[in-house]
Amino acid sequence: MSRREELPPGFDEPVFAEPWQAEAFAMTVALHDKGLFSWSEWAQALSSEVKRPGAAADGHDYYEHWLAALESLLASKGLAAKSDVDAMAEAWERAAHATPHGKPILLENDPQRIR
Amino acid sequence: MSHDHDHDNELDPFAARVRALETILAQKGLIDPAAIDVIVDTYETKIGPRNGARVVAKAWRDPAYADWLKRDATAAIGSLSYTGRQGEHMQAVFNTQDTHNLVVCTLCSCYPWSVLGLPPVWYKAPPYRSRAVIDPRGVLEEFGLTLPADKKIRVWDSTAELRYLVVPMRPEGTEGWSEERLAELVSRDAMIGTGLAEQPA
Repeated sequence: MSRREELPPGFDEPVFAEPWQAEAFAMTVALHDKGLFSWSEWAQALSSEVKRPGAAADGHDYYEHWLAALESLLASKGLAAKSDVDAMAEAWERAAHATPHGKPILLENDPQRIR
Repeated sequence: MSHDHDHDNELDPFAARVRALETILAQKGLIDPAAIDVIVDTYETKIGPRNGARVVAKAWRDPAYADWLKRDATAAIGSLSYTGRQGEHMQAVFNTQDTHNLVVCTLCSCYPWSVLGLPPVWYKAPPYRSRAVIDPRGVLEEFGLTLPADKKIRVWDSTAELRYLVVPMRPEGTEGWSEERLAELVSRDAMIGTGLAEQPA
């Protein structure tokens, strides 16, 4: 592999590849603004995710690491337990399945939602 | 009864987890979904390398400002209302005839957001983070920047508390140019150190 191939080109790529990445980013900024963690704590959490072996050389999985770091930081602070996030994510998946194409996905559409 | 899945929406697992976090945190009153939208919009459209380019152009034109930027970049940049949200300090590193400066974050992806917006993908990717320190000259060549062998390259490793802005050298032939015109010569890469200021056309 030549060195040129190792360094991704990516000069004019969009900042966020998908909306969830922007939301994960903005949530982190907002939670920090609220004083729920310091930026050093965040950098430490993110660092321990991105340095895991298997991180993609082209950086396309960066926001996956970002999200994992946010989840682990929130879990360690007792702000969002992993089991709660798992359950809520499943509810969102069910809601998405139950929502007709072209309509906004709402949590209310989850067929198993307790009303 | 089986569902007709042809018309179903799919949320990818990451999107579902982000929504789950958002729901849980909003229910606890820890985030306001409207504020999240504002932050996304700000970083996508309002904060970007134009901010940093203005800092550089001002420093080129105004020696007193350049001096302030050298001594206390946080305050000099803050005077243009570009302030970091993470309470980080800024340091401006000036390229000279002898020395070229290059910025990296080996730890994760610390970056001077307030003046450059969000980092490009390559800045966050492992090859740049690991190689910028070990082989800066080789990395710069891959960016199409070949520096004279006797030019020193100084690599600055960003942290959560301290972020760097490279002030490239002012191109020849720009005497008397306005700040706006000068700012157009200053690219994002020039302020990370993977490029130089553009030459006037």
